[in-house]
Amino acid sequence: METITLSGQLFQYLITGITVGSVYAMVAVGFNIIYNVTEIINFAQGEFVMLGGLIMVFFHVVMGLPLIMAFPATVILVTLVGILLDRLAISPIRQPSVLTLIIATIAASILIKGAAMFIWGKDPYDLPAFSGRNPITVFGAVIQPQYLWVIGFLIVIVIVLSIFFNRTIIGKAMSACADNPNAASLVGINVKQMILLSFALSAAIGAVAGITVTPISLMEYDRGAMLAVKGFGAAILGGLGSFPGAILGGLIMGSIESFGAGVISSGYKDAFALIVLLIVLFFRPSGILGSIEISKIKRF
Amino acid sequence: MLRIGKIPIAVFALFIIAFPWVAHEIPSIGHYTDIMIFAGIYCLITMGLSLLMGYTGQISIGHAAFYGIGAYTSAILTAQYGLNPWPCIIIGMVISAVVAVLVGAPSLKLRGHYLAMATLAFGIIVYIIFNEEAAWTGGPDGMTGIPGLSMFGFEFDSVEKYYYLVWIFVFAAFIFTVNIIQSGIGRALRAIHVSEPAAGAMGVDISRFKILVFVYSAVLASLAGSLYAHYLNFINPSTFDLFFSIKLLIMIALGGMYNIWGAIIGAVLITFLSYEWLHYFQEYEVIVYGAILLLVTIFFPKGLVGVPGIVKGWFRE
Repeated sequence: METITLSGQLFQYLITGITVGSVYAMVAVGFNIIYNVTEIINFAQGEFVMLGGLIMVFFHVVMGLPLIMAFPATVILVTLVGILLDRLAISPIRQPSVLTLIIATIAASILIKGAAMFIWGKDPYDLPAFSGRNPITVFGAVIQPQYLWVIGFLIVIVIVLSIFFNRTIIGKAMSACADNPNAASLVGINVKQMILLSFALSAAIGAVAGITVTPISLMEYDRGAMLAVKGFGAAILGGLGSFPGAILGGLIMGSIESFGAGVISSGYKDAFALIVLLIVLFFRPSGILGSIEISKIKRF
Repeated sequence: MLRIGKIPIAVFALFIIAFPWVAHEIPSIGHYTDIMIFAGIYCLITMGLSLLMGYTGQISIGHAAFYGIGAYTSAILTAQYGLNPWPCIIIGMVISAVVAVLVGAPSLKLRGHYLAMATLAFGIIVYIIFNEEAAWTGGPDGMTGIPGLSMFGFEFDSVEKYYYLVWIFVFAAFIFTVNIIQSGIGRALRAIHVSEPAAGAMGVDISRFKILVFVYSAVLASLAGSLYAHYLNFINPSTFDLFFSIKLLIMIALGGMYNIWGAIIGAVLITFLSYEWLHYFQEYEVIVYGAILLLVTIFFPKGLVGVPGIVKGWFRE
């Protein structure tokens, strides 16, 4: 029988926190992509994660597709939902104001949640872990192999996105929209298309988050709202609009939650992240890596 | 939007007074009086929210928290400590006002999305507290044994009596809110909505007015929560969850948040939808709500009270 040491216990919280934090970071990156191009906070961001998990369960467990096929199929399907969200809920709004846009994304999120309840019911679903469930023991902490998949996919997303935004012409066009949409359309960038692309991209990232986290924490229809709030907390903590900030914010948020639940009280697990969100909003709304100057020129 | 005519108010008052009599005569809608009690309770909240969101332009997705604070303050002080309900209702309103100042003072400096998320987070935190502090709140199972209301020996023990009690409160709050809207404060609030820098330049004390409205809406929500607790004699946390805050949003968006009548119409319609007309959909009613909210936002940004204006616009063309 192994003895559980204090340092091992703390290391366990850290690893769990970083894993959960990676999911929040992915949600936060999704927020940032849409926010940078459109200045909209997409309250339905968490629903993409939920859909990613549940659609993956459908393809992989119900239909029996192998992982390598079910994964891209799920991402594509959720991306389509993201595109529909822009086409059906965001772009039809004639006089966009921050209030109407918030209400529209909230409406979309409860619609998606209701549809998911209709399709999958209220039960949580499990997904087989990508490479088994034999835990690895490191420094007295138990690490599920799936933890490494989650963290690994965060790293992949970061690398792909930084290449996309810095090296490709479409990525640069999207960054231009973020800087100044009027100037971007003057140099011939189709801003509407870029907005659509931003919804597609962040839906895809949400799907990856959902697919990778479901083997750890299961997935059910009503998880979206909490994921969205915590992901937003991560984005704010790091500085809304900043990609390195989103990653940092996500990891910090996950760690606070993990340590809070482990050391203080597990019943208040969800409250810790939200209290951090409130503290950051009240005292430093520009976040750790955000700049006050940029937040001032934003419309909303 | 500016003037609220006396004739519609009189018609509204007559309708409310006559409603239980009419409902009593027609057996198939006999229980509508009971539903109208809940509609009245929600009206109290939506009127404050209309002032906060529609007139002043500040977003709150956390008012279920104040509704819950009112309900739980009344429930705990009466059921566990045996106090008279009326001072408990006032204590609940005072607690809600203090919490509203504490949360509102830093939150209302925030704009748009930040404010929405701050109020959302606040609402969820309060909901978690209701669930976790089981020694006080009974946890997820809720609390029973909350007494009904009585005044000078007169018991509000029937549906009709409680109906008139609730709607007297609604009517008083309505007149008070209308007076705010038509006073200098109302003009200042609309100025803040249109442009904060401009309002500030005209000498409007922006942060003071914002907090004032936030506190007012919180106090009304708290009163509504207390009335709810004393009517049902039972509360549990799920009444005060995030979805209730969203439901309040649907009410004022459907009725029209830029008009105080919209708050009333929206609250009554959504109450009847959820207590009566959507039974067929069971728990899938959330899809209907989502569809209503989305369609109203896209096609009727001013809600149902804006529809006559749209129709008039067609005739002018």
